Amino acid sequence: MGDRRPGALPAVLVVSGGEVRLTGDWTLGALSEVLTRVRLALAAAPAAARWDFGAVERLDSFGATLLWHAWGARWPDVIGIAEHQQRVIQRVEASAGRLVPRTSRFGAIDAVVLLGGALLQFRTHAVAFVALFGQILLDVVHLLRHPREWPLLEISANVHKVGVKAMPVTALVGFLIGVVLSYLSALQLKIFGADIFIVNILGLGIIRELGPVLVSVLVAGRSGSAMTAQLGVMRVTEEIDALAAMGISRTLRLVLPKVLALTLAMPLLVLWTSSVALLGGWVSAWVELDLSLGFFIETLPTVVPIANLYIGLSKGAVFGFLIALIACHFGLRVRPNTESLSVNTTASVVSAITMVILVDAVFAIATRSIGVPT
Amino acid sequence: MNGLPVVSLRGIVTRFGSNLVHDGLDLDIVVGDIVALVGGSGSGKTTLLRHIIGLTRPAGGEVRLFGEGLRDGSIHDRIARQRRFGVLFQQGALFSALSVGENIAFPLKELGVATGAELRDLVALKLAMVEMEPKHAFLMPAELSGGMIKRAALARALALEPELLLLDEPTAGLDPDRSAAFVRLIRSLHRELGLTVVLVTHDVDTLAALATKIAVLADRRIVSLAPLEETLQVDHPFIQRFFLGEHGRNALSRRNRNH
Repeated sequence: MGDRRPGALPAVLVVSGGEVRLTGDWTLGALSEVLTRVRLALAAAPAAARWDFGAVERLDSFGATLLWHAWGARWPDVIGIAEHQQRVIQRVEASAGRLVPRTSRFGAIDAVVLLGGALLQFRTHAVAFVALFGQILLDVVHLLRHPREWPLLEISANVHKVGVKAMPVTALVGFLIGVVLSYLSALQLKIFGADIFIVNILGLGIIRELGPVLVSVLVAGRSGSAMTAQLGVMRVTEEIDALAAMGISRTLRLVLPKVLALTLAMPLLVLWTSSVALLGGWVSAWVELDLSLGFFIETLPTVVPIANLYIGLSKGAVFGFLIALIACHFGLRVRPNTESLSVNTTASVVSAITMVILVDAVFAIATRSIGVPT
Repeated sequence: MNGLPVVSLRGIVTRFGSNLVHDGLDLDIVVGDIVALVGGSGSGKTTLLRHIIGLTRPAGGEVRLFGEGLRDGSIHDRIARQRRFGVLFQQGALFSALSVGENIAFPLKELGVATGAELRDLVALKLAMVEMEPKHAFLMPAELSGGMIKRAALARALALEPELLLLDEPTAGLDPDRSAAFVRLIRSLHRELGLTVVLVTHDVDTLAALATKIAVLADRRIVSLAPLEETLQVDHPFIQRFFLGEHGRNALSRRNRNH
């Protein structure tokens, strides 16, 4: 115990009569091994004792703080103390009690302040979001007038990152959802002998509703968080300030390529995921209801009006635009610390998914009379 | 000052890909020394510091701290050994989610040895040691200036009462005034706490004012480990360039005026 360092002596105190004799090393390293015992002994020391430091080898500020607290923050009778040890304790004395903890109580007024703060916060978010949206539109106008400035390389790199690289995971999830949806529906349809309606259910459900929403949730978690984190770290490392200092618009070079890329890539991802989900649905229907692939493909266009595909794809584009814009909005609000980065990344993903579902509801109402077979 | 080596490097070999950075490097640092590690950019000074801390592992050779191999013994022994040195990273590396006070209290809290009141007094004490006010404990690292970050990080490095202090570019990014104050601070801490200090620096002013010995890293090994006056006598192109270039001469003449 504590003997690993050469010459280390465990801290010991001996009480005899009115005198407390300290020996050994009163340092953090030596004390931490025997701390419980030392604390008990310190507590048991008589109040008016004389403290003999004659045999103390080393004393550091931790040991001094321990003694100072045991003494009740005042000097007792001390003998045999070396000058440098006395200085250590004097330093503790000088700063002890100067750090007053800030206590915070949560009262009724704080609740009102908190609520008001949250509302104002929401307002600043809304204003900044609209401003970012407006800036993007201005950038597009600028680019239409100066076609040579299109950040094509960034857009293409982003399409690859958010689109092509997302294909495996969206396919896997889409396929499994298709299988599950089809299997559960087939069980019910079999009871009514309405087997062939499986094509209607899968076609309408996946192409119009499930495909776009499913892809949006995946993309918000996958690419939205990545965009927020990337912009956030660029804020932390002052890269965005460096861009501004070069007179390069951060929205034009950083935000616009991401937003455009995701707006372009999302409909394609929706098409891809919906197709794979339909395939999964067919596999399940084939196993469960013995439905042939030829029949499935033939029936699909007759029972699902083509308008549903257009609705699904345009939903994809709108959702992609929103996810990217929300991700960039939160990314640009990151302050240079790790906590802010995590708060904003979380907020980005949660807001994006909530927004997608809200807008999906708006879509459902707006398109309620389009593409639904009556 | 009994000449016991605190840090002992033997035959260190470091490779980055095909780039050989250290080749059979030896270095001994004894108790009470302030050793400044100097060398050209990319000569592997910071890497050497990271070997000593145990963040990286050399491709060959042995690192010994306090007379024990860096990776000897049980996990308990290794952790205990790590608590005997404090590190000041180049950018401070304060935890940005915690206030300055929480940053300083963090290693002590991890150790679980101090009560709340003791912890507060220790934080106030460490702040006073680095010439900061108790009220600074409530600031967040993002609110601090460059010099304050260095001092707060130094206070955190001192939290566990280290015997060995490792400083990576302690005065980089500070103005001459601040950097002179920081040097004074480290020197007074060295005197009062009896620390052994290893610092990496480019700044001739800093090392002239602080170092008791200078370790020159060139040609992939330590070409000289000696006090400043003796180092200046060594005939090596890097030493000649580093100390006897215009800037180095100015710094040395400033030092001689001050003494």
